[in-house]
Amino acid sequence: MAGEVAIVGAGQSRFGVLKEGIKSLFAQAFFECLDSVDKGMDPRQVQEAFVGSMSFGGGQLGNLAALMTEQVGLTHIPARKVENACASSSYALRDAWFALHSGMLDVVLVAGVEKMTDLPSDRRRYWLGVSGDTEWERLAGTTFAGLYALMASRHMHEYGTKRESLAQVAVKNHRYASHNPKAHFQRPIKLEQVLEAPMLAQPLTLYDSCPVSDGASALLLTRAELAKSFTDSPVYIQASSGASDFLALHDREDITRVDGTVKAAKEAYRQAHLSPGEVDMAEIHDAFTIGEIMALEDLGFCSKGQGGVWTLEGRTEIGGDIAVNTSGGLKAKGHPLGATGAGQVVEVFKQLRSEAEKARQVSGAEVALTHNVGGSGATVAVHIFSR
Amino acid sequence: MAIPRFWREIDSRYNLVGTRCGNCGDIDFPPRSVCPKCGRKSLGKMERLQLSGHGTVVSYTVVHDAPSGFEAIRPYSLAIIELEEGARLTSQVIDCDPAEIGIGMPVEAVFRKLGEEGESGIIHYGYKFRPSGKAPPMEGQD
Ligand SMILES: [Zn+2]
Repeated sequence: MAGEVAIVGAGQSRFGVLKEGIKSLFAQAFFECLDSVDKGMDPRQVQEAFVGSMSFGGGQLGNLAALMTEQVGLTHIPARKVENACASSSYALRDAWFALHSGMLDVVLVAGVEKMTDLPSDRRRYWLGVSGDTEWERLAGTTFAGLYALMASRHMHEYGTKRESLAQVAVKNHRYASHNPKAHFQRPIKLEQVLEAPMLAQPLTLYDSCPVSDGASALLLTRAELAKSFTDSPVYIQASSGASDFLALHDREDITRVDGTVKAAKEAYRQAHLSPGEVDMAEIHDAFTIGEIMALEDLGFCSKGQGGVWTLEGRTEIGGDIAVNTSGGLKAKGHPLGATGAGQVVEVFKQLRSEAEKARQVSGAEVALTHNVGGSGATVAVHIFSR
Repeated sequence: MAIPRFWREIDSRYNLVGTRCGNCGDIDFPPRSVCPKCGRKSLGKMERLQLSGHGTVVSYTVVHDAPSGFEAIRPYSLAIIELEEGARLTSQVIDCDPAEIGIGMPVEAVFRKLGEEGESGIIHYGYKFRPSGKAPPMEGQD
């Protein structure tokens, strides 16, 4: 199974507060992706499209994939929207991976798109909460930040994780984002700024949270045996896995870990015949800083409870044990929900081909992992890639 | 939240009624119609169970950036509470300074106003929790 599907092109719009609408964002991502195919690709070769989106705010809830594809000239191909909360385009990728594996298709488009900043702030808050447990969490007054804060408090209590470790995730990811022209945030920040920012939900401040971003991302996938006709340096998908969990945090056995991540990671390493120590770089789901720390542990990069220590010691930086979120992550590159998962793969594609901006290129990276979560952990996708 | 939905959940929200699986004995709150562990073996065997309303704090936070309908009460304390019967739920913790709340703190359920429906102005009531021993728990409950 491993390595039978290849990525031959990848592109994305800028992530951020953008004036463009979904059509324009999608077109930017698609054409950058098409142009990245080294030996060129005729768009008519694309047989089917898998478009991840939440349709945030309810805009174009139906027929989104048809609209996106027809307006870039991919008329009349089968297209569908894949919705799976913040992991939508990672599941679009997984569906495309299945389709190529089946042998029914040769070339497909995987994309993601989200327009979030058009909404007024109270509607944004509402839509940000729709992936939580509506009846029993939200009606008690939970927020997205509140749920991650509940995880953070317990993690700090059980493992002695320091507030500074959480803040350091933000500092690191902002620093990498400042070297990524596509990132929402373009400036480095200081640890004190995180600690002193307005409180969202104790202990998390505004700078522990990802921003609300617009954006689109696109990938062109082929069956592996066809990849070399498009590029001499394809990126191979070595594993695709997913897992679900209880929506409500209070229904999970242990809120200091995300079982969906633990399960999906295990399956991904099994498929790829790799151990966590062999992964050179990872784009992981840091919607809130505690998310990165817990994922470091759940993905097996460090032992349980050590995520904070690893972060403070710089072991998750370029040159450390594993380079994490060199794009800036959701935290600083931005988090346009449906575009996020495929956007993580855009970074992997660049890194494994040594095409990232110099200041954040992981030298000689051969194996990469993406980790994308929906809600507070009810949906998880893990993918592993190689040169 | 629409009225029919609230009506459907009213027993649990007002009286803290959960379920016990007749097959494995697991206790759930909010109530479930199927036990996640037992699947079809639990069908028709999920018994209603009145919970005591006594529990301890598993984790907590103080929400400053509140969703609509909750702005008036911010900042407010929110906790995951493990009831003495074993089930866990999410609830606000009231009648104490947020700084007093800690993991492991004993709490008890009380009946309070939860929030107001934005557009129609309907007021919802239900459970909140407070530090144990401040007054009789869950007024109106036998
Ligand atoms: Zn059972």
